[in-house]
Amino acid sequence: MSQVTQAPPPVALAPTQPVSLTINGQAHTLQIAPWTTLLDALREYLDLTGTKKGCDHGQCGACTVLVDGKRINSCLSLAVMQEGSEIQTIEGLGSEDQLSPLQQAFIDHDAFQCGYCTPGQICSAQGLINEGKARTEAEVRELMSGNVCRCGAYSNILSAVMEVVGRELKIEN
Amino acid sequence: MNSFTFTQAAAVAGAVQDKAAHEGSAYIGGGTNLVDLMKENVARPTHLIGLKKLGLDTIETLPDGGLRLGALASNADTAWHPEVEKRYPLLNQAILAGASPQLRNMATDGGNLMQRTRCYYFYDLATPCNKREPGSGCSAIGGYNRVCGILGTSDSCIATHPSDMCVALAALDTTVRVSGPNGERTIKFEDFHRLPGDHPERDNTLEPGELITGLDLPEKGFAKNFSYLKLRDRTSYAFALVSVAAALELDGNTIKDARLALGGVAHKPWRDKEAEAMLIGQPATADTFRRVAAKVLANAKGYGENTFKIELAKRAIVRALKQATEMKQEVDTNAFLNSNP
Repeated sequence: MSQVTQAPPPVALAPTQPVSLTINGQAHTLQIAPWTTLLDALREYLDLTGTKKGCDHGQCGACTVLVDGKRINSCLSLAVMQEGSEIQTIEGLGSEDQLSPLQQAFIDHDAFQCGYCTPGQICSAQGLINEGKARTEAEVRELMSGNVCRCGAYSNILSAVMEVVGRELKIEN
Repeated sequence: MNSFTFTQAAAVAGAVQDKAAHEGSAYIGGGTNLVDLMKENVARPTHLIGLKKLGLDTIETLPDGGLRLGALASNADTAWHPEVEKRYPLLNQAILAGASPQLRNMATDGGNLMQRTRCYYFYDLATPCNKREPGSGCSAIGGYNRVCGILGTSDSCIATHPSDMCVALAALDTTVRVSGPNGERTIKFEDFHRLPGDHPERDNTLEPGELITGLDLPEKGFAKNFSYLKLRDRTSYAFALVSVAAALELDGNTIKDARLALGGVAHKPWRDKEAEAMLIGQPATADTFRRVAAKVLANAKGYGENTFKIELAKRAIVRALKQATEMKQEVDTNAFLNSNP
């Protein structure tokens, strides 16, 4: 059968470009399309699936990671914008043998049900502790408001974070 | 998201040239709003110019006693900066009232001015919106407009500017520094954002290709008597239905100087200089505040679902001015919004 009409040529995609990131202490250079978010780069190209995709619009906090020690929503950052950054994900906070204080506190306080928001909650809480601004329960609640938990485990999340915040304050004093 | 290319700018001049060389290009700071708009296909830039390597992220005292916020300083670093906390606590509180800690870490000060409305229809490609597609119509008029404006609206658009930070910047008489194809210039904050009129697609008065490089705060910071009151559907991490930045200079109980700006009610932070003038020389009492509130809302227009905002804004003005006078929150709304200097 002869072809009567020719399909339009495919629209050329923008070329990929290199981006160098340090992730959990390891240097990586990725060759990726510029529209790849940091979240997708972590999950799809580096197999670091601990960081979760919830809303993908910066509203739920499930994708929270630390960039140069500060918590951000990885779904709203393009990976190419993070050239040269040091990124810490839930996989880099502790290990199976040695959990981070927050990871242990979340277990001790039963601070999750389904667990989907937990990596983001813990990374966000680590960012909160790095910032050193929240001391009281009301302040921790306010500064954890960027992380939503659909199971409603908030009261136990609060007590887990408070335990580690309290320990940090003791060390400070 | 559509296909686009990305370059990281190394200098302001290079960024401005790159912008001029690529039709349909856009600057990107923290990306918190633009990346979202690109995912929704509301923004479809063909080329992005990254700004994070420009520097411009410092906060420095100026020779005249003011403070310069670099356009690339993050909202969080700005809010918690010792000079901002000490001399411009109104700005500190307005920034901390907005977004979430993660977003404030990403978002830049210049980008905060450039964020776009959160009117539902602006994000919904299936509906007409004059701001997104000029000439297509306004779905919010006669539609779901609880979040929309009541002051300075037009038949084309009733969207609001969503920023908290900008409400404080307006009250504090900030100057916006920009760089563009024709060199550098400054824009008074009150002239930066515009009312919708017949061109709601234009949010501000930047010329094509211009880039914000910094924000200059004047020396006077009203650190003694101020209040940022934000009223919203939940206590944290929500846009304002109505917000009020109030700042007073008092001599005993007499008002010597006053600033008043509203958020959540208009296409720009709503500063009413006539209302401010009405406060000067008057006693700082509820009667004075009620007269001023009535004046600010005298020409307000409700659109059905948002008509409640007129009375809400009046009461919010009275309460914010009272809180600024007494330096006491009437109700604890937020752990970090206590007017305790």
